[in-house]
Amino acid sequence: MSAPFSSTDPIAIAIMGSGGAGAITAGGLLLEAAGRAGWQGLMTRSVGPQIRGGEALAMVRLATAPISAHGDRFDLLLALDWENAERFVGEVPLDANSLIIADPAAGEPPAALRASGAPLLPLPLAQLAKGVPEGRANIVALGVLARWLALPLEPLETVVVRALARKGGSAAHLGQALAVGYDAAAGCNGFRRPLPPVLDAGARWLLTGNEAAALGALRGGIRFAAIYPITPATDLAEWLTPRLQQVGGQLIQAEDEIAALNMALGASYGGVPALTATSGPGLALMTETLGLAVAAEIPVVVVNVMRGGPSTGIPTKSEQSDLNIALYGLHGDAPHLVLAPTSVSDCLFTTQWAVQLAETLQCPAIVLSDQFLGQSQAVCEPPPADSAAPARVTAPVSSERYDRYALTASGVSPMAIPGRPGQQYTADGLEHNPHGTPSSGAADHQAQLDKRRDKLLRHDYGAAWAEVEGEGEIAVLTWGSAAGPVREAAARAQAQGLAVKAIAVRLLAPAQPARLATLLVGVQRVLVVEQSHSQQFLGYLRAHYLLPTDIRILNQPGPLPIRPAAVLAQLSQWK
Amino acid sequence: MNSMSKPEILHFSHAAKDYKSDVKPIWCPGCGHFGVQAALFRALAQLNLPPEQVAVVSGIGCSSRLPAYTECYGFHGIHGRALPLATGLKLARPELTVIVASGDGDALSIGGNHFLHACRRDVDLTCIVMDNAVYGMTKGQPSPTTAPDWHSKIAPGGPGFNPLQPLAVALAAGASFIARGFSGDPNGIVHLLIEAIRHPGFALVQVLSPCVTYRPEEKAWKQQVHAAGVEPTADPVEAARRLFADDGLSTGIFYQRQPSPPTAPLRPASRDLTAIEAAFAL
Ligand SMILES: Cc1ncc(C[n+]2csc(CCOP(=O)(O)OP(=O)(O)O)c2C)c(N)n1
Ligand code: SF4
Repeated sequence: MSAPFSSTDPIAIAIMGSGGAGAITAGGLLLEAAGRAGWQGLMTRSVGPQIRGGEALAMVRLATAPISAHGDRFDLLLALDWENAERFVGEVPLDANSLIIADPAAGEPPAALRASGAPLLPLPLAQLAKGVPEGRANIVALGVLARWLALPLEPLETVVVRALARKGGSAAHLGQALAVGYDAAAGCNGFRRPLPPVLDAGARWLLTGNEAAALGALRGGIRFAAIYPITPATDLAEWLTPRLQQVGGQLIQAEDEIAALNMALGASYGGVPALTATSGPGLALMTETLGLAVAAEIPVVVVNVMRGGPSTGIPTKSEQSDLNIALYGLHGDAPHLVLAPTSVSDCLFTTQWAVQLAETLQCPAIVLSDQFLGQSQAVCEPPPADSAAPARVTAPVSSERYDRYALTASGVSPMAIPGRPGQQYTADGLEHNPHGTPSSGAADHQAQLDKRRDKLLRHDYGAAWAEVEGEGEIAVLTWGSAAGPVREAAARAQAQGLAVKAIAVRLLAPAQPARLATLLVGVQRVLVVEQSHSQQFLGYLRAHYLLPTDIRILNQPGPLPIRPAAVLAQLSQWK
Repeated sequence: MNSMSKPEILHFSHAAKDYKSDVKPIWCPGCGHFGVQAALFRALAQLNLPPEQVAVVSGIGCSSRLPAYTECYGFHGIHGRALPLATGLKLARPELTVIVASGDGDALSIGGNHFLHACRRDVDLTCIVMDNAVYGMTKGQPSPTTAPDWHSKIAPGGPGFNPLQPLAVALAAGASFIARGFSGDPNGIVHLLIEAIRHPGFALVQVLSPCVTYRPEEKAWKQQVHAAGVEPTADPVEAARRLFADDGLSTGIFYQRQPSPPTAPLRPASRDLTAIEAAFAL
């Protein structure tokens, strides 16, 4: 059967299996091998609520150009078994042009999957694995996939051996398991979806968004972190702990999120750039302390990896519903920074930028990542080498009286660091005068409110405030991980002759109305795309920006991702 | 300097007044917290600690106003969170002397969880809890150390709950230095504070500090407080016996042991970022 696709379309593969079957491992190895062979790609894992075991799904998408979202459908579903597979039906859209490969010993595919019309190719994966010493069905499956994708076996063997030989697998046996799968898949030749040829196989990195954010933090100069574990931010902390130690810093597990942020604040007050990472429930606990960081003017970064809310919500799934609390959750008039990465790899740049801005502007910065960005693994181009200089303005030692909260042209007052003589001051959440002495006077309150607002407004954030692609009289306004499907839909619309400008806002606060106005010159229609039930992003845009009157909104809560086709469908209404 | 080395008493080049700022305290005349302030300045002077090497960190309450009244570095944070704030500072800057100024409400009620974990972590901090068995700043509500029958507007006839015993709690939670003083006994608290600051782990000093405005009857502490007459013990069983047999009005160092070694001491950098980043290359 010849598939009705262009040979350059990305290819999407889902690997499913119960806990311990190795579906996620196989997905990761496939992505790594394809990355080494020169492809770009993305893998998202989906797991059930079980702590260990349970069912697992790896969604891998491979392409010749960078991609930052999953598509509308899957080309292949490979099932190691069908335990609890119903749970994943919504996440793996199949159609008559898809293929299901499954072990007949595992029984029939669930009816919902059969209903897609995708043909079923039975392959006795478990039995084939038994024929190889230490054979595992997921490795045999990787051999099958190599054939189906026309992926050279060599890079696959390299990554499989490197990853699994450590766990005691012998290289010869692993290679044998791959070969068995490869041979067994001869029967799938008719269904094959060979990977499009790679044009430029330059240097590539493979990392998750949480790793990228943590690395961005290190690049920005973070040397202290305090964290209370919470899904899906914990793996960020676990990656960071040994690396912080290697660069002479430290990570402390605090007793709760309030303590975590206060510890970070204490370290930063001491002159050591500091961070915490959390998710919605933790961010909620941190809001009072964030206000302290605003009032006392102490740099600190909170990476908030969003999950479904409210309350405990859906801890393992993505949603963009912490926008309001990040923007407005602080009591009082408390200007601060809110930033959002626009792709897995952008977690690095955005977090590094957040650290630099927080340090420069002496205020808290919230980075709104999400479970999709944080826990997806992506192949990307290596970021440019790092050349950041320390950003904090500290007070030069002088014999003059030191005013910690001096009113300056930029609004930023040089910060004293404990240990330096002659500049002792008390950092205070109480309103204060320029010297730092508590004051409840109207003039001091007005002056300090103005100062804390103006230092953010006067800073030149440059073009990085948003990511803009394309030109057209239709603009799509989006943010965070929703930028992925928007990018893809905009490109498709462009190909269909609909000129679209995709704008992903990276700097959410302070809002940049003048900059957006410039971008919207000539734009008649705006589509807003976000993953929240209550249209939080639309509300934010309406509050801070002038928008054309012709507005459509695509807002969808988690846990299912926004698909490019849904964005395209909205755009097509304007055709 | 690592966190285990402590300032020694050197020649006297600092006087108590060198630690006093020109900010006028908001405290009521006769408030016990004045005595704590004066004693802290004397202790710092006797330890000859340069003011810029000392950070006084606090939460919210009358007692927590102390930092701005000192010439040291200070951080007046939010209610109950002084201990994690101070912990972060001390871990990041181990060479600084970090002192926490707190009240019974701040440290034991809203900050109770942090109190337990600060004791458990045993980081080198001196935590002064100025205990007046009342919320002074919010004008007279019961605190976790208030007797069950103390009448107030919010709890007519008394809160009806038993007070907690901060020192026994600290012992159970793992603090390595536990003492009690009385703000009306300046020499006594100077001595306790010197020992507490020199102690290289978490040192808790509960100071009975009368709130003359909302608990005027606490003025009688002057007559009731008495020396415990014990030498510090490193035996937690003996310390527990002392603390549970105690009337809550005795002063002295009840417990002191070698602090627990830090679990993750600061290490010099062993790798640069490029080496760390290399692991991401395919
Ligand atoms: C989150 C929060 N809740 C409540 C308050 C109000 N508040 C201020 S001080 C205080 C109690 C202080 O009592 P204590 O720590 O015993 O100090 P004292 O004033 O008696 O010295 C309270 C409840 C606050 N500032 N912040
Ligand atoms: S209210 Fe009580 S604790 Fe507060 S300053 Fe007055 S006497 Fe001291």
